[in-house]
Amino acid sequence: MKDRYDVIVVGAGPGGSITAKTCAEGGLDVLMIEKRQEIGDPVRCAEGVGTYALKKHIAPDKRWIAAEVKGSRIIAPDGTQILMSSDSAMKDVGYTLERKVFDRVLAQNAAMAGAEVRVKTRATGLLKNNGQVSGIKAMYMGETKDIKADIVIGADGVESKVGRWAGIDTSLKPHDIETCAQFLISNIDPGEYSEFYIGEKYSAGGYVWIFPKGGYTANVGIGILGSKSGKIRALSLLHDFIETHIPHGKILEMVVGGVPVSGPIERTIADGLMLVGDAARQSDPLTGGGITNAMDAGQIAGEVCIKAKEKGDYSVKTLMEYEDRWRATIGKEISRSLKVKNLLIKLTDEQFNQLAHSLDGIDASTMELPKMLAVLSRKNPKLLWELRSLY
Amino acid sequence: MVVEVNRFKCGYCGACVGVCPVGALELMETWIEVDDSCTRCGVCAKICPVGALEVKIK
Repeated sequence: MKDRYDVIVVGAGPGGSITAKTCAEGGLDVLMIEKRQEIGDPVRCAEGVGTYALKKHIAPDKRWIAAEVKGSRIIAPDGTQILMSSDSAMKDVGYTLERKVFDRVLAQNAAMAGAEVRVKTRATGLLKNNGQVSGIKAMYMGETKDIKADIVIGADGVESKVGRWAGIDTSLKPHDIETCAQFLISNIDPGEYSEFYIGEKYSAGGYVWIFPKGGYTANVGIGILGSKSGKIRALSLLHDFIETHIPHGKILEMVVGGVPVSGPIERTIADGLMLVGDAARQSDPLTGGGITNAMDAGQIAGEVCIKAKEKGDYSVKTLMEYEDRWRATIGKEISRSLKVKNLLIKLTDEQFNQLAHSLDGIDASTMELPKMLAVLSRKNPKLLWELRSLY
Repeated sequence: MVVEVNRFKCGYCGACVGVCPVGALELMETWIEVDDSCTRCGVCAKICPVGALEVKIK
């Protein structure tokens, strides 16, 4: 590890690795640090991803695709099922990833592009020069060292500290986080669709998911809104669901985690600093998906770093391009999802059933989510009045 | 320490770190550290997916 780099990326998840790779390919001197010993492990994710959004960044590879899915099946509280697919040809529209492998491959791609990668190395603070971020304090094997850089990228996930150190308040309120638990379940035949069980019957302000993981396994998990957590816990609700719905299932792995559902935060840049992915609260508030948003943001952040280097200016003036571009792309969908989420968490189970029944006789199997929400709001104008201008 | 973390329950996911309004928590590899800026607001304990945190009355 040197004393100075052009760019330091804190966190080696998908957002950090894409940023590091993009910067390195642009000829910048990059250091990416990961506080864990192993990149990608332990997993904190349901591992579902849309193939279209993913392929923009990386060619599909059997090493990290655990299963291919054809679409989604939504199960209303009374058992009514809605089949959805984002591809009318019914080709594979989604993957369940093997994040342990996926994240390491992305980090390796950054390394192959020229970035230096360091594991078991944590940022413990930021260096500042005249109010501008000028590097990090890094700890490795108990020893702290100052490392200078023109710009620091905070890709440090839901527990991000980098933004806070730069004066950006990224703390999440209880209603801004989904608190989640998941088991990798064996002895189950999950079929070829990702399943979503919605309504208070299953989860308060969240949902239960069953994502095929290949062979006779699936990621079975639950997210509940943080504001509803306390007396009830994600983990105990998950145990209840498994007992009643998959009593023969065997638990091979346990995963817990928090997913930001706050929607876009006010600011994701400071002089000499950008936030990417969950650290920037860029996960989708409706689905909880964050992988491809983080990768898109990482790509933009990397491109802006290259421009900043050319200009020799890393102030917010130059970095504003990152802010503008991510808000104009993934930010739009995130904002829209936030509005839908805020509406859906107010619905009763009876209202969810009503929505599901309103699709009787309609073939939703070729619809993706925005189309389905458009149809739903047309069929249920009173219930979904707030959505009518969105879709 | 005013928030006690039950290490036998904790799944070291970092959700509590993300909700702490004052940044008093930090996730190391497999454990949570609490510093003395903790205000005992209890948000971390509320949102923990496994119920590993407890606010202690001084």
